[in-house]
Amino acid sequence: MNHISEEQLVLLYYGESDEAASIDQHLVECEECRKEFRALQLVLNTVDSAPVPERGAEYGRAVWQRIEKRIGKRKQRRFAQWWIWAPAMAALLVTAFLAGRLTHKPVGTDVAKNQQIRERILMVAVGDHLERSQMVLAELSNAPDHIGKLDITDERQMASELLDDNRLYRQTARSTGNTAVANVLDDLERVLIEIAHSPTEVSSGQLDDLRQQIESRGLLFKVRVMGTEVRQQEVAPAPKKDGKKL
Amino acid sequence: MEVEAGSAVERARAGDSDAFRLLVEQHSRAIFRLAFRMTGNEQDAEDVVQETFLRAYKQLDRYEARSSFSTWLFRIASNYSLDLIRMRKRHEDKRERGSDEERDILQTIPMDTPGPERMAYGTQVRDRVNAALDELSPQERTAFVLRHFEGLSIEEIGASLGTGTNATKHSIFRAVQKLRKNLEPVVGHAR
Repeated sequence: MNHISEEQLVLLYYGESDEAASIDQHLVECEECRKEFRALQLVLNTVDSAPVPERGAEYGRAVWQRIEKRIGKRKQRRFAQWWIWAPAMAALLVTAFLAGRLTHKPVGTDVAKNQQIRERILMVAVGDHLERSQMVLAELSNAPDHIGKLDITDERQMASELLDDNRLYRQTARSTGNTAVANVLDDLERVLIEIAHSPTEVSSGQLDDLRQQIESRGLLFKVRVMGTEVRQQEVAPAPKKDGKKL
Repeated sequence: MEVEAGSAVERARAGDSDAFRLLVEQHSRAIFRLAFRMTGNEQDAEDVVQETFLRAYKQLDRYEARSSFSTWLFRIASNYSLDLIRMRKRHEDKRERGSDEERDILQTIPMDTPGPERMAYGTQVRDRVNAALDELSPQERTAFVLRHFEGLSIEEIGASLGTGTNATKHSIFRAVQKLRKNLEPVVGHAR
């Protein structure tokens, strides 16, 4: 047998040689190869001395605490996916609301009461819409800085779903004179369009652009504040007359 | 252990965050060790750990029980580490562009330590090992770390990195050659 190559010795060291028996036999007989193998072992054993900073038994828990919130968000978003009927339901509510305003002639106090009930139902729909929009914006704003491409398929799909509802709510808000809500929905719509039209995988530069759009409009903050206001109106007692519309 | 992990994976897939927490707690230290050996940097290793579990959670549906859960996590961690060290290399290359001088990083570490100072000598050896690992290309380092420290077979590594068995084997051979070239003068002192 010829001398053993370095590659054969490496495979032998790692226990992956197909010819271990014959190489072992050769090493017994060949001083030169034995010396070569010993040198290889020495280097590779020395590599093991490279230190790794210790992490204690509690490390796993600390890692979990760092990621729990973001895992929670994903879970919440998945949860959101099963109430996929919500946008359709909300759209129906808005349509019913508009139909009611256009076709129903006010007769006495019952009508005013019905109007308030409709507006409250609408608040619920807008509140949900803002909450779901906030999830998409927060997901992108808080995405980790990454190398290469980041998959935003879920965010893109959700933005696309939210877009139609957003148009409907914005038009309704505008037509009922609620400028504050209409303006926030207007800003939101522009960013949702950008997200919905983004590629499914974005580079860090493209992600930065999206983040910048969200941040430059202070959108996340506005949506949060508006969502809270809308929620408060949901739970507040119904105004006796001429309450804030939408 | 893997049977338990399998059941935790199933529960995590079904949305049980407590099950995923168990997996994070169980595998974090191993992922940190791998990430540190890959990146050679504590902060990067922490990022890798965090990102590995976030990606794993997102991709749980893609996990197939054919490989162990830890091997699957190693794959995610090593691919992310690979991206990270490639990026770092690119940055370093940019910084060093313009200098034609070939320099051996190992030459920057003095080796004329007196014999009796064994602790100091040990530290120097470790520094040199780290420096020698830094000399490997990202692909070589990844393949070497997974084979040498994590005990994955060459076939598993090739499948994990998508490079195939032969290319992986050659990455490991090249890594070993470079390590020998850089470390044999050092371990010669120890003999």
